[in-house]
Amino acid sequence: MNTALQRRELLQFGLAAGGLLLVRPVRATSFEMQSAIADYASGAPVKPGKVKFDIPPLVENGNGVPITISVDSPMTAAEHVTGIAVFNERNPQRDVVRFTLGPRAGRAVVSTRIRLATSQQLVAVARLSDGTFWSQGVDVLVTLAACLE
Amino acid sequence: MARTLITAPATAKRGEVIELRTLIAHPMETGFRPGADGLLLPRNLITRFSCRYNDELVFSADLHAAMAANPYIAFFTTATESGTLSFRWEGDHGFSQTETVAISVS
Repeated sequence: MNTALQRRELLQFGLAAGGLLLVRPVRATSFEMQSAIADYASGAPVKPGKVKFDIPPLVENGNGVPITISVDSPMTAAEHVTGIAVFNERNPQRDVVRFTLGPRAGRAVVSTRIRLATSQQLVAVARLSDGTFWSQGVDVLVTLAACLE
Repeated sequence: MARTLITAPATAKRGEVIELRTLIAHPMETGFRPGADGLLLPRNLITRFSCRYNDELVFSADLHAAMAANPYIAFFTTATESGTLSFRWEGDHGFSQTETVAISVS
């Protein structure tokens, strides 16, 4: 009876420890991305909203994934988008691209093509002229990965 | 000289928002990829792109390894006056290339 209980406890402990081991790497990369975003925002709070991140949810070839980022902004001299940055979770580096815009852009829409090493989360962050930061995150599934980024 | 493809309207109305699409032929070698001999291929990236409208900077981008090969960038600008749009790409090993396109604004 006593030994059976011990074995049960041991099994539970083993399962819990296994779960922790599985979860930890995911949290570590996510934290790395969070710190890259915090670095771009230089510590200012990044709120969700205003940004629209267009990317196919299912990517067949990670070597060239078309993305379009649009920001809800009137783009006037008083109120405009000054920058847009894209971050990833599981490529070798967290940075993808950083755009710098100005009031002369007329429309805060940027398109490009990126590489994705695996299925992961991407975040687009917009910097506005009033000093606020807005973001949107998307999860993408990649069936054919890019050759190491 | 790398081949480039730039799509910009030749004429525009004053104040019109125009789309500029650019592409340059470049391998964008990441430096994380092994070659046929098993050694890592040296990094060769375009790290900066900028667009000037009559010598005034209107758009720029800092590119990293996660940009696809032959980087394509499309963005918008407001047509203010006739003149030239110049596009400049700069990268590793002293790579730099500038292309210009004329625009007439009525």
